[in-house]
Amino acid sequence: MKVFEPKIVCFLCKWCTYAGADLAGTSRMEYRPNGVSIRVMCSSRVDPQHILRAFEKGADGVFIGGCHPGDCHYQNGNYKTLRRIELLKKILTSFGFEKERLRLEWISASEGNKFAKTMNDFINNIKNLGPAPKPLARR
Amino acid sequence: MKRVGVFVCHCGVNIAETVNIEEVIKSIKEYPGVNMAQDYVFMCSDPGQNLITKSIRENKLDKVIVACCSPTLHESTFRQAAKEGGINPYQLEIANIREQCSWVHPDRKEATRKAIKIIKSMVEKVILNESLEPVKVPVTKKACVIGGGVAGIQAALDLADAGHKVVLVEKTPSIGGHMAQLSETFPTLDCSQCILTPKMVSVSKHPNIKIFNNSEVVDIDGIVGNFRVKIRKKAAYVDPDLCTICGDCSDVCPVWVPSEYDRGLAFRKAIYIPFAQSIPATFTLDIDNCLGLSPIACGKCREVCEPKAINYDVYDTIIEEEVGAVIVATGFDLYPVEEMAEYGYGKYPDVIDGLMFERILSATGPTGGEVRRPSDGKVPENIVFIQCSGSRDPERHNSHCSKICCMYTAKHAKLYKHKVHHGNAVIFYIDIRSGGKGYEEFIQDTIEKERVTYIRGKVAKLFQEGDRITVWGVDTLTGQKVEIQADMVVLAMAMVPGPDSRELIKKLKLSTNHIGFLSEAHPKLRPVETMKAGFFLCGTGQGPKDIPESVAQGSAAASKALAMLSSEYLHHDPDIAMVIEDYCCGCGICVSVCPYSARVIDTAEKIARVEEVLCEGCGSCISACPTGASQQKNLTDSQIFNMVDSILKGV
Repeated sequence: MKVFEPKIVCFLCKWCTYAGADLAGTSRMEYRPNGVSIRVMCSSRVDPQHILRAFEKGADGVFIGGCHPGDCHYQNGNYKTLRRIELLKKILTSFGFEKERLRLEWISASEGNKFAKTMNDFINNIKNLGPAPKPLARR
Repeated sequence: MKRVGVFVCHCGVNIAETVNIEEVIKSIKEYPGVNMAQDYVFMCSDPGQNLITKSIRENKLDKVIVACCSPTLHESTFRQAAKEGGINPYQLEIANIREQCSWVHPDRKEATRKAIKIIKSMVEKVILNESLEPVKVPVTKKACVIGGGVAGIQAALDLADAGHKVVLVEKTPSIGGHMAQLSETFPTLDCSQCILTPKMVSVSKHPNIKIFNNSEVVDIDGIVGNFRVKIRKKAAYVDPDLCTICGDCSDVCPVWVPSEYDRGLAFRKAIYIPFAQSIPATFTLDIDNCLGLSPIACGKCREVCEPKAINYDVYDTIIEEEVGAVIVATGFDLYPVEEMAEYGYGKYPDVIDGLMFERILSATGPTGGEVRRPSDGKVPENIVFIQCSGSRDPERHNSHCSKICCMYTAKHAKLYKHKVHHGNAVIFYIDIRSGGKGYEEFIQDTIEKERVTYIRGKVAKLFQEGDRITVWGVDTLTGQKVEIQADMVVLAMAMVPGPDSRELIKKLKLSTNHIGFLSEAHPKLRPVETMKAGFFLCGTGQGPKDIPESVAQGSAAASKALAMLSSEYLHHDPDIAMVIEDYCCGCGICVSVCPYSARVIDTAEKIARVEEVLCEGCGSCISACPTGASQQKNLTDSQIFNMVDSILKGV
């Protein structure tokens, strides 16, 4: 039987989480390779449409990484992200997606360890959930 | 049809070991839009870069992907190579297959698959990239140095000597920092004040430097090259221009307060001068301890002041300064006394920290340079020094090494022996770290010539018995318990960033490590820059270091700031917000979310615009735009959609 390997898209803010992911690399911290990252300047650049697109195209999970509250390079972008993601989670559940498939985490540039841990944890959670519901066929 | 060239770097074995380069090249070559793909062992080397420039010309490439390390390392290197090849540098993108792939995924098959995905997603991005020109921003030719310790002083002097205006902000009444408190300095034993005070005078006399003492930075906004620094200057009840430092005010002041300069070993008045060579050279009124502003309460100092320098009718002021660059030199504090319960620090009067001992040794100190213990003024005949107090103890205190304690403890022991010839000095240490010019010789000299006893081991407990302090420790070389009756104990306390600097650093949104020391942009290659453009760092706010290192870093930070201030314009990254005018309905949501006031409504056209100089490119306005009129240059929604699609394709 083929083992289910979740497909994951990660949006990482350039200043904190992307740098944290780089640090995980520099420190050779192994984690599961399911996620591929897209570097954005700030987590607030992530539009709910981007996330919906990922789910529509078959993603099993979407991860967003930003700076810790109060540490945003752009003053308060991460708060905007937090509000957007919380709303989006509500919408996703009404479409039959578990809200755990969308995860927002604050990971700083010095938290390589946290990045690797969070990735593994997220991937494991998605594995337990199984594949995402089949997206509605586009009319 | 776009012509994308993909260049895959082996990075020696760093990438090639886990990523099958051959397979990557084969798969990428077939990807739509890709014209050619080639690998090389070190793409960042000269031949590697030449390979890119040559291929761009030969294959008429208009877009390039370099699959290598993180873009933070070599993006600019390769963009320069692209420019030399004749294409716009913003037509080159980096696919990060080292930090976020080969180094973290040891399975060759998995790593190869992920590397291919990463590269393909970047190909999708670059295909829609536009050719951009950096945004030109004029530079305000003035710098702000926060912190007037030796590092800040050096940075301010270097900048000022190069012809730029400098605003030096110091929290306390005088510049000089901790160095002004020291007796003598290792390894040369020259007097700290004798070498520092001439520098302090140069600062005060320099026509390009403006000192704000008793002042704190409240906020800094704006962008690199054009910052607005808000400074709160505490009310100056004594006019420094009129004060003649006669001291009459201090003589009549009835309030005694423990002196910060002498670390509580002596007292000062509520109106005082921190130390004789204070800069600015003026008395300061400590309003928190003053009996009252009203002459009915006291007002004695104003009565006696002949030059009429004292005025109670002044208030704190907020000053705004426009600067181009900021140097953060916030320095250190000693690890708080309350944290060291096991050594009774703060409970037993004869258990003191290193800085207190500096004051005791200093000729300007409370004992006039004689070694006398605080409790009864007796000359201590048995003295114990404990290194690593609060350092190198991750379970209970700090994990870091405070770096200078080995050296200053040796200096303390040496100076003690110079002053108390018959005394016994014992030093408890974990390791001796004396990596510096002349440092090891200094330690050897302390052991051999001064006959100071070094015991390798930790002290478990200190307690007072009669008028002596019992020291319980272990000699880890012999495995024996050690008990010493000491007259005085000096703790080499850990260096940590002070609470005020932590708060300021947080406010400025500069990143720090877990202890709170400022993080540099790159630990090796960009040691005095921060991740925030236009902010530089120096001194012990970045980590424990000695005087020569602080001075060197001060000069280094100044030279980095100078490089910025000496150009007419700065070049801003052009991947900022833009408006597709046909889609814009002028709703103004972008204006309300922009943290930089870079989005404005053009009332004539009823559409939103972008002030390019102000835009930092965060992208908040773009995801907030309900019509899709706001887009980010070279990271448009279409680009993100295509990247998402390519990541999820064929899996």
